[in-house]
Amino acid sequence: MARSFGDKDLILPNGGTPAGTSSPASSSSLLNRLQLDDDIDGETRDLFVIVDDPKKHVCTMETYITYRITTKSTRVEFDLPEYSVRRRYQDFDWLRSKLEESQPTHLIPPLPEKFVVKGVVDRFSEEFVETRRKALDKFLKRITDHPVLSFNEHFNVFLTAKDLNAYKKQGIALLTRMGESVKHVTGGYKLRTRPLEFAAIGDYLDTFALKLGTIDRIAQRIIKEEIEYLVELREYGPVYSTWSALEGELAEPLEGVSACIGNCSTALEELTDDMTEDFLPVLREYILYSDSMKSVLKKRDQVQAEYEAKLEAVALRKEDRPKVPADVEKCQDRMECFNADLKADMERWQNNKRQDFRQLLMGMADKNIQYYEKCLMAWESIIPLLQEKQEAK
Amino acid sequence: MEQAPPDPERQLQPAPLEPLGCPDAGLGAAVSKEAAGAGEEDSGVDTMTHNNFWLKKIEISVSEAEKRTGRNAMNMQETYTAYLIETRSVEHTDGQSVLTDSLWRRYSEFELLRNYLLVYYPHIVVPPLPEKRAEFVWHKLSADNMDPDFVERRRIGLENFLLRIASHPILCRDKIFYLFLTQEGNWKETVNETGFQLKADSRLKALNATFRVKNPDKRFTDLKHYSDELQSVISHLLRVRARVADRLYGVYKVHGNYGRVFSEWSAIEKEMGDGLQSAGHHMDVYASSIDDILEDEEHYADQLKEYLFYAEALRAVCRKHELMQYDLEMAAQDLASKKQQCEELATGTVRTFSLKGMTTKLFGQETPEQREARIKVLEEQINEGEQQLKSKNLEGREFVKNAWADIERFKEQKNRDLKEALISYAVMQISMCKKGIQVWTNAKECFSKM
Repeated sequence: MARSFGDKDLILPNGGTPAGTSSPASSSSLLNRLQLDDDIDGETRDLFVIVDDPKKHVCTMETYITYRITTKSTRVEFDLPEYSVRRRYQDFDWLRSKLEESQPTHLIPPLPEKFVVKGVVDRFSEEFVETRRKALDKFLKRITDHPVLSFNEHFNVFLTAKDLNAYKKQGIALLTRMGESVKHVTGGYKLRTRPLEFAAIGDYLDTFALKLGTIDRIAQRIIKEEIEYLVELREYGPVYSTWSALEGELAEPLEGVSACIGNCSTALEELTDDMTEDFLPVLREYILYSDSMKSVLKKRDQVQAEYEAKLEAVALRKEDRPKVPADVEKCQDRMECFNADLKADMERWQNNKRQDFRQLLMGMADKNIQYYEKCLMAWESIIPLLQEKQEAK
Repeated sequence: MEQAPPDPERQLQPAPLEPLGCPDAGLGAAVSKEAAGAGEEDSGVDTMTHNNFWLKKIEISVSEAEKRTGRNAMNMQETYTAYLIETRSVEHTDGQSVLTDSLWRRYSEFELLRNYLLVYYPHIVVPPLPEKRAEFVWHKLSADNMDPDFVERRRIGLENFLLRIASHPILCRDKIFYLFLTQEGNWKETVNETGFQLKADSRLKALNATFRVKNPDKRFTDLKHYSDELQSVISHLLRVRARVADRLYGVYKVHGNYGRVFSEWSAIEKEMGDGLQSAGHHMDVYASSIDDILEDEEHYADQLKEYLFYAEALRAVCRKHELMQYDLEMAAQDLASKKQQCEELATGTVRTFSLKGMTTKLFGQETPEQREARIKVLEEQINEGEQQLKSKNLEGREFVKNAWADIERFKEQKNRDLKEALISYAVMQISMCKKGIQVWTNAKECFSKM
């Protein structure tokens, strides 16, 4: 990791524009955001990462978006207190596969899906880019919060390297032994029994993913219904205006109702936008998360299978041999390490999940409350208009 | 009769029946007594107190609906709904009400009453009946005639219809209406004896027949135009509202699925379980709250529907006016041609080429005696025609005067009613919003405990 960052005018690794130097103003606002983040569980943190400022790059070959990644850290692994680089989605993808490779016993947070429903979503639309930015930010935050992953060498490079592409090319040899051996496990051996607690985790994840999938479908359906409702409301309001054009004394009240329905439509549109942009992505992240979790679980099973296979082979070879060969012991160690890592990650994940869903669902309730409050205000405001006219008569 | 307030419009009424100024029952007395002290009405507007005085003494309600089976004229089994009409007189001193009459009527009898009123009071915007079959309803409501919800809404509508007539300054005194409320048997026969069906102008039935009126009254053509527009805008509004209701129903009901999935999910969670479970319960509450909300909204739709049908009643008055104008113009035209003939005979000149001129040329001149006789006949006819024209003119003017007075009354009633309807609609929306806030606040509370 012989990199030096004399100046902050980093050159973009993949041919984009240089990252902006962080001005005092922006760094202070960054600090605010970081501190806010820090409050969540009160742990002392020494590494802060933020993804922001998406930029579109149009080259002859392709068009893509890069995001600015700003890192602040007091850790000794970082030469400088602050870094700012620009990365694109495929860099994140690279990081994730590196993490999976080098930390097979750990749960790697998911990336937002690479491909969205083709044709339906514009990849360069502001909303899409913003949703993705949030997801990428979350991805890095989850790694940052992880006691092991945050020290990963690839992660460090990802956050700091001036030229990530160069590193990617030379990085092929860096496979850890652990990763290698996991890859070579033969799939032929069938696991005897999964330990109860992992079986429970597996069952839990299956149900969890199922329920989340249902919630995702319900949420989408609600948004769809709301959009259809909105379409009708948009027609409904103006009918009152048409009517008001026919009337004398009733004109104003009718116009008032029309305007009121208009306000409610706007409030409804905001609600559906919020749900689409804030609610659905978090659900999706957790669905993907449970997939990541399942794949780690599978890897753990493989390690156990490997151990069991070796143990059986030994037992067949010499039944009265008192000592287990060293490599079998090593294998057992590895399995136990894996189990410990996985359990710790699962626990961490459970905690995160609880917090995230509390926030997500409270947010959903809040959005709905706000929607109703806006409608309430609109309707309450026209009551005096209607009554005043009545009394004036 | 002498107790009844002098009614300037009464002698203009085309109805030959004696208005219910003072029938034998205590009803008339109550009416006139009340009229004397009509000043304390809330609005102070003259027409309003006038409209309500009858109501103040007599309470009318359609209090019950009952499904019945009977045999019709063809001796075929049929099922219908009968409505119980109760009238109560309110004593002035202690405000106690005494049941004076209660009887059963079916929808077709209400229809007969209205048809009769339409014929006898062509210058009045006759209150419409509630719809015979449910229209413009959101799809979850049944369109079945025997559906209890529909019957109940129709019961309210029929009551409203009777109250509208009872509060109308002219219609409220009609004898047939009075008998409708008080005489169960033979009422139909009495109505038919009035011969109203013969009096009905069949031309009025031809809905789209427009007569070539040379000098239409702009006020009536405008009114007719307004009725058309009103009808189209309200029916559009009702259609869209039904769709809005459908969609809103969907939004709420889909939330009910959260109730189930939260509860299922809670089974696999430890700390989050309780919060999820109870939040799911609130989602169920939310989903089911829409039924009542939309049920209430149906009342608003019914209020609008009444005015949708009023548009037709308004048009009926316009059509009647148009017909009268047409008759008047035809009579005038006829008279003019007779006058011309007469003049031709007298002077012996034929100004225009006519069949008569031809026959004269072909068959020779008439004798002076013949001509004299013909002139005499024509002159008589002209005289008659002039009388007729005069009375038609008078009738027409009276019609316009009376009709316009009722239309003004109707407009006021409409503005008042619709404003009230809009207010109650807004109040409904407000209560829906409050319910929504409440449910989501409860749900949020549950989520916050997760």
